[in-house]
Amino acid sequence: MSKYMGKAVKRVEDPRFIQGRGKYVANLKLANMGHAAIKRSPFAHAKINGVDASAAKALDGVIAVYTGQDLQAAGVGSLPCGFNPPGIVTAPHMPLAVDKVRHVGDGVAVVIANDIYTAYDALDLIEVDYEPLPAVVDAKKATAADAPQVHDEIPNNTSFHWPLGESDTVMGAMNESDHVVELDFINQRLIPNAMEPRACVAEWNAFTEEMTVWTSSQNPHLIRLLMSMATLGIPENRLRVISPDVGGGFGSKIFHYPEEVIVPWCSKQLGQPVKWVSTRSEAFVTDAHGRDHVTTAKLGVNNDGTFTALHVQTWANMGAYLSTFAPMIPTALYITLFSGLYKIPHIFGESWGTMTNTVPVDAYRGAGRPEASYLLERLIDIAARDLNMDPIELRRKNFIQPDEFPYQTPVAMVYDSGDYDQLFDKAMEVSGYNEMIEERDRARQEGRLVGIGVSGCIEASGAGPSKVVTSLGAGVGLWEHGLVRVHPTGKISVLTGTHAHGQGHETTFAQLVADELGVPMDDIEIVHGDTSKTPFGLGTYASRSAAVGGTAIMKSCEKIREKMKAIAAYQLEAAVEDMVYDQENGTIHVQGSPDRSKTFVDISVAALMGHIPDDMEPSLEEATFFDPPNFTFPNSAHIAMVEVDKESGEISLLKYAAVDDVGNVINPMIVEGQLQGGIVQGVGQALLEHGIYDEDGQLLTGTFLDYAMPRADDVPMSALGRIEIPSPSNPLGVKGAGEMGTIAGTPTVANAVMDALHPLGVRHVDIPHTAAAIHGAIQSASVSAD
Amino acid sequence: MQITITVNGTTHTRDVEPRTLLVDFLRDHLGLTGTNIGCDTSQCGACTIHMDSQSVKSCTVLAVQADGADLTTIEGLANGSLHPMQQAFWDNHGLQCGYCTPGMIMSATKLVEGNPGISEAEIRHGLEGNICRCTGYQNIVKAVQQAAGEMGGD
Ligand code: FES
Ligand code: FES
Repeated sequence: MSKYMGKAVKRVEDPRFIQGRGKYVANLKLANMGHAAIKRSPFAHAKINGVDASAAKALDGVIAVYTGQDLQAAGVGSLPCGFNPPGIVTAPHMPLAVDKVRHVGDGVAVVIANDIYTAYDALDLIEVDYEPLPAVVDAKKATAADAPQVHDEIPNNTSFHWPLGESDTVMGAMNESDHVVELDFINQRLIPNAMEPRACVAEWNAFTEEMTVWTSSQNPHLIRLLMSMATLGIPENRLRVISPDVGGGFGSKIFHYPEEVIVPWCSKQLGQPVKWVSTRSEAFVTDAHGRDHVTTAKLGVNNDGTFTALHVQTWANMGAYLSTFAPMIPTALYITLFSGLYKIPHIFGESWGTMTNTVPVDAYRGAGRPEASYLLERLIDIAARDLNMDPIELRRKNFIQPDEFPYQTPVAMVYDSGDYDQLFDKAMEVSGYNEMIEERDRARQEGRLVGIGVSGCIEASGAGPSKVVTSLGAGVGLWEHGLVRVHPTGKISVLTGTHAHGQGHETTFAQLVADELGVPMDDIEIVHGDTSKTPFGLGTYASRSAAVGGTAIMKSCEKIREKMKAIAAYQLEAAVEDMVYDQENGTIHVQGSPDRSKTFVDISVAALMGHIPDDMEPSLEEATFFDPPNFTFPNSAHIAMVEVDKESGEISLLKYAAVDDVGNVINPMIVEGQLQGGIVQGVGQALLEHGIYDEDGQLLTGTFLDYAMPRADDVPMSALGRIEIPSPSNPLGVKGAGEMGTIAGTPTVANAVMDALHPLGVRHVDIPHTAAAIHGAIQSASVSAD
Repeated sequence: MQITITVNGTTHTRDVEPRTLLVDFLRDHLGLTGTNIGCDTSQCGACTIHMDSQSVKSCTVLAVQADGADLTTIEGLANGSLHPMQQAFWDNHGLQCGYCTPGMIMSATKLVEGNPGISEAEIRHGLEGNICRCTGYQNIVKAVQQAAGEMGGD
């Protein structure tokens, strides 16, 4: 019986947040700290003929101004790309542009001043002599022969091409199908907008010759590695990266950003701490964006509803530079998920990663998997309409069955577990699907535009094993580290290489350890986010922390129990095999004689101070590096109902129901929170959010006025349900819950809107389904009907 | 310019540049970093505080405009203990990364004042000026409903 696992334990991190004591980087104040502001390009593409900073330097309160040339001359390196598939062509990415700017927001110079207001004043005094060049912003148009070239090193703006499968074979099967659904569509650019803008503080200590960098990051160890190896060249053992509380990330805080190079470099140069805090306006033009695909897809289906083949071509916008993991998103995290929940015998996918004069694009919540789910679930929905089948029935007809796991898809993945019929049974129950249909049909008779959307999605999370991931092109393995240290008083420190940014690891990992060792949660402290405190770890993204990081911690607890049993056996003069570790209360006794026992604290003290077997090393400190044997595969069935206003095109989301299989659950309250938040981000993509560039490369949606974030009154309460099919990929049986909501939210709502417009004969409208887009679709439908 | 502002019961007299934003005054001059900054266009509500018993976005007010005012920030909402709204956010998992939370709580406490039976729709509408990227708002709405009941119209 577990005391904590599976329980909705309230979060231990909350008291500091609700009382205004969050430890965000922007709150850090060091003595003699300079404030940095960055001069950014107003042009999407321009040559830099010169930078005149003399007036800025002369301003009272300005400490220094540095340009891209200064950093280059000092030997600062290019920001590296950490995922390099075969044949990739790359170009340097200097932290401050040297001879050319390639997107609006590209940094040109940095000012350090005594206060931030003065630093901003100084920015206005820097004269940059730009020679504007023509720009390209569209992923597919960038490959045209006459398109402006973003980098001389990357011909036709095509950095890589990644095919998977046999195109000819797949087209052969396609041509023999009774019916082919074809669709050209976009998956629009999104802007992550974690509510805490990025921030960085650096302090060079000339006495110890050590650099400390505080940065708002999801993976401080990786940032340190890249700083050390590629950009700053400071050895790791002289470089400490600390990421305290992180105010949301959603992927955007995985990457190594220019400011993490500029700010430490300035601190070392000046011999004083330097702080930079992004404004929201800067965040819009510097935080890595998400999605932005142009796709052509075909799904073959027979008259009985059986899927026969899938063929997909995608042009993925990489932006102006390859961000840290950018090429991984439209390749290894996208095409490998094309099979969805279904048996599709023949699949081919290929993507081109293209350079444009826009902000770099990289992982954003779901990262490749939402794009895969959206494309498949839209195609299936259209197929259901073409065949006049219920969309759930069509899906059921093609489900991989529970006895077919492990299931090898045609696109490299081996699915571990699932029961998709059970999932949809539950989703139909939770949503009241049959009543929803009646309600919709009644509304339709009244002439209202009401629609129901369904989706069945899959995610691959907790990536591994490292060998497979690195063979695909990743520069890092995807194991995780977990160390459990029992102090002599019985208090416990857990050191993990994952790093929370809202997920509540301080709570869930403590729940796990409390049950594994039979100690009170209060006695456990979770340590993360500081490279000097925790051994190397890979951070938090791709819903990996519980599955990979949690398992590492669990295995370390197992080792602790074994060692404690050995010590207790020695002290009680019993055989180790006869010792029983009681996980209810952390005591160890001899089998059959409960009074011959030792408490957790007895053994904790003894391990360092007392009697232990001669051949044993003192201390209770155990570490595990867990490399998962496979991904885990969370899956979902979501159902939504919308109403479209005929006159305005405005959409009301009336109902949302979600049933997910995220495997075993450590804390259902936190899992539900992840799903609720994820769903609203998915709804945001379906209905509201769009990062739009004009032809000249100006970002038209650069504030919260123009970029529509979901607000409290845009969404209803969602009804959540769960089935728990434990993952065999890790001993905890968890699958990961961080991204499922976002992956499923978008196709579910988009399908609902398309269902609402079905009576008008509308087949497809690209997302986001804004009132303007839907109004336009209604207008053209009525014109063609006339 | 010299200004005198009372924050969480303590009166401060300081010299500030006229262009200093109130939020910067609170964070940088007084060290009250519980009030967060989430945007530069007055759109996100992260910086919400109480000023003379109204909720205001402190990034839209100049420090000099608050001269003589009585302010409450998240740090001073409940001295030492938890305000029912703070407790309700904790009980209902109304926060994840916590960044929007101080602003949400400050907005919500004013929103429910005098309206113990506030409806879900009223709460959603009333919190439209506060963006949360993490929670999807569901648990925030529940928290506000709980606190409204407990505050009983105070
Ligand atoms: S910081 Fe004040 S509204 Fe965003
Ligand atoms: S809890 Fe992260 S923005 Fe609201």
